[in-house]
Amino acid sequence: MKTFGQVRALDGFDLAVRQGEVHGLLGPNGAGKSTTIRVLLGLLRADAGEVRMLDGDPWHEAVDLHRRLAYVPGDVNLWPNLSGGESIDLIGKLRGGIDKRRRDELLERFKLDPTKKFRTYSKGNRQKVALVAALASDVELYIFDEPTSGLDPLMESVFQSCVLDLKRGGATVLLSSHILAEAEALCDRVSIIREGRTVESGSMKELRHLTRVSITVQTERELTGLDRFEGVHDVRSDADGLSFTVDSGKVGAVISHAADFGIVSLTSAPPTLEELFMRHYGEEVPAQRETAGARR
Amino acid sequence: MSRYFAGTGDLLRLALRRDRIQLPLWIIGLTLVQTATASSISGLYATEKDRIAAQTSAADNPASLVFSGLVSGASEGATAMTQSLLLVLAAAALMSTLAVVRHTRQNEELGRSELIGSTAVGRHAALTAGLLLAVLANVVLAVVSALGLASAGLPPGSSFAAGAAIGAVGVSFAGVAAVTAQIWESSRAANGAAAAVLGVAFMLRAVGDVAGRTTDGGLRVESAWPSWFSPIGWGQQIRPYDQDRWWVLALPLAAFVVQVGVAFALTRVRDVGMGMRAVSPRPPEAAPALLSPTGLAWFLHRGSLAGWAVGVSVMSFAFGVVGDEINDLIGDSERTAEIIQQLGGTGSLLDAYLSATIGLMGLAVAGFAVQSLNRMRHEETSGGLETVLSAATSRFSWLTGHLVVTLAGVTVLMLLTGISAAVGYGLATGDMGAEFGSLVAAALVRLPAVLVLAAFAVLTFGSLPRLAIGLPWAAFALCLLISQIGSTLDLPQVVMDISPFSHVPGLPGGDFTVGPLLVLLVITAVLTAAGTALFRRRDLALQ
Repeated sequence: MKTFGQVRALDGFDLAVRQGEVHGLLGPNGAGKSTTIRVLLGLLRADAGEVRMLDGDPWHEAVDLHRRLAYVPGDVNLWPNLSGGESIDLIGKLRGGIDKRRRDELLERFKLDPTKKFRTYSKGNRQKVALVAALASDVELYIFDEPTSGLDPLMESVFQSCVLDLKRGGATVLLSSHILAEAEALCDRVSIIREGRTVESGSMKELRHLTRVSITVQTERELTGLDRFEGVHDVRSDADGLSFTVDSGKVGAVISHAADFGIVSLTSAPPTLEELFMRHYGEEVPAQRETAGARR
Repeated sequence: MSRYFAGTGDLLRLALRRDRIQLPLWIIGLTLVQTATASSISGLYATEKDRIAAQTSAADNPASLVFSGLVSGASEGATAMTQSLLLVLAAAALMSTLAVVRHTRQNEELGRSELIGSTAVGRHAALTAGLLLAVLANVVLAVVSALGLASAGLPPGSSFAAGAAIGAVGVSFAGVAAVTAQIWESSRAANGAAAAVLGVAFMLRAVGDVAGRTTDGGLRVESAWPSWFSPIGWGQQIRPYDQDRWWVLALPLAAFVVQVGVAFALTRVRDVGMGMRAVSPRPPEAAPALLSPTGLAWFLHRGSLAGWAVGVSVMSFAFGVVGDEINDLIGDSERTAEIIQQLGGTGSLLDAYLSATIGLMGLAVAGFAVQSLNRMRHEETSGGLETVLSAATSRFSWLTGHLVVTLAGVTVLMLLTGISAAVGYGLATGDMGAEFGSLVAAALVRLPAVLVLAAFAVLTFGSLPRLAIGLPWAAFALCLLISQIGSTLDLPQVVMDISPFSHVPGLPGGDFTVGPLLVLLVITAVLTAAGTALFRRRDLALQ
């Protein structure tokens, strides 16, 4: 638990990251992602509860643990008058050393000019400075706080391939994000947090299990009677036919019902993380749909 | 035309909201200083004869002219002005430059102006709002000061002349800051440049006043020309409670108009967020010397330390040169004794002057120490500390880096103070060796007092991070007040003793005792250790 004055930032929070996995920490703005990371880094002290990282206490053993991890903050603010290259060397050295060859290679891959003063970099380039400093260190754990929020799509994919390299090398990665495509592409498991509380945690596969499948179906005769089924939501009819979402366990029954109307075409899509999110932050979402008049 | 100024009113309201505590504190504080000084004069000097004696000796005394102020008649008000006007003029200048930079360059540096600039706000609105705020603050300061002085029983008309002098000097420095805020990209540098102008203004009128001649039976000092090139000098030349020369007000106001014109012209030709100086590239790889917490701290502090080194050396040198004037005075023994007493010294007149000089420079260096340690809080809020601590660097070694650099900085600055004053005095008298050892010793003796103030800054940083900028500056202002006008105000000894500078042996000339210095060093060690321990236990306060 972590409180700031009257505000309870983390409460009922539970996160376990397994060695060698890429773990996504997902949540909307202000959910407590950065606070969690700062507690893990020993910058803030948890008021109650247990925090262990790399088998150590992040508050009391901060320095020893930090030799084994690299961190990229969400807002990269470094020293205005140091160049990007100097900043990278400094952070690397303070962490205990940097792989010089890898540093230069990463500068190349991220297309970052290391001679410019930090204050003259754009948001994306500032992020690259911190990313190069982190990725050029050979450590066990990498912590990224919304690492790609300022990067262009090309650089985003460079970052993703770097993370996959780390994973192949056996490193553990904790990645906070509200960019769902990124978590989908990279993460083995995710924890979803909301208002400082873990609401869901598991592998991508397990979480998908809990969500609805989107189905679009075209039939010979008009498909009726869907509203009798429990677990069918958001029925809409458009040019491609009828689309709706179904709770995972109910798909079979719905399909056999539809078969009676003569299926012409049928597409089904696994749930995306967007849908996972909507489930957990669901209260606002249906309301929006209603104002858009899209609900049956 | 109006499109350049659209939104000025809204920005001014925003600035007033942000400064609703800070500016009233400045105004109330400065008014209290003046009112208290004015009230204490009748107690210190019961009769006109006493005041005439005090003022004639002050007019003859270079140290008094440099550090207290110009002498202009012997009325109660004029005597009070000799004691407090100079201090208040310099403070009003500081208040104004800080306010203008805060609402112009600082907003740009922190990226606020980008968002504000994207709204329906004109190109000149931010600068105009900052200047209007400063003018408004100075008008209020002028009126409140005048009312305060009048309430102490001084003539109201002259009290308004005194208030106007203060407000006008403040306004002219708002103009200085408006220009420096266009040229330098960081608010720190813009404030530093404006402070350098203030330092030069202070020196120019010090030289002009000392080189002036006394008239009117030794009761009035007619300043030489350098005083007329100094905004601080203009404020003094209004001579409230003596001649009430209102026309002199035209000088600071004209300077303000010219500087504001220059600032607006510069706004038109530069980009938002940028300065006027080209950004040079830096090396792509870090030099080995940078790669440690102490190396980083040195990089962060060295620019400001260089500025302070130049400022401290120039001022100490000039004070040393002025010291030669003292030797001309010796002979009139009756008056000499009184002057020494005014300075709070015990030895010869020269010793008393040099001791006052080194003491004031020690206070200035304490200002450097506070500014230098404020950097730690700045690093905490701006993300540098988070980055360093998330690497394998302990809080202790990060803090130690800043402490080591600050300690080295204050030591170097105090050595420069002693050496520069000795060289200045040596060149003026033609005898280099005469005061060299005693001045360097006098400077080093002030070091423990400087360190106590620095240690207080460390303690507030460790315990109350959100007040870690304001509280040390408040303590600094209190020490400055105690040593500059504490004796005029006849403050009780208990209050005088709050300032570590009250416990330092008054070298040269005074008795050297080790005891108080050891106590100051022990206090320094305890406060620093407590601040360090508390910092290691607390959360980072990132906002």
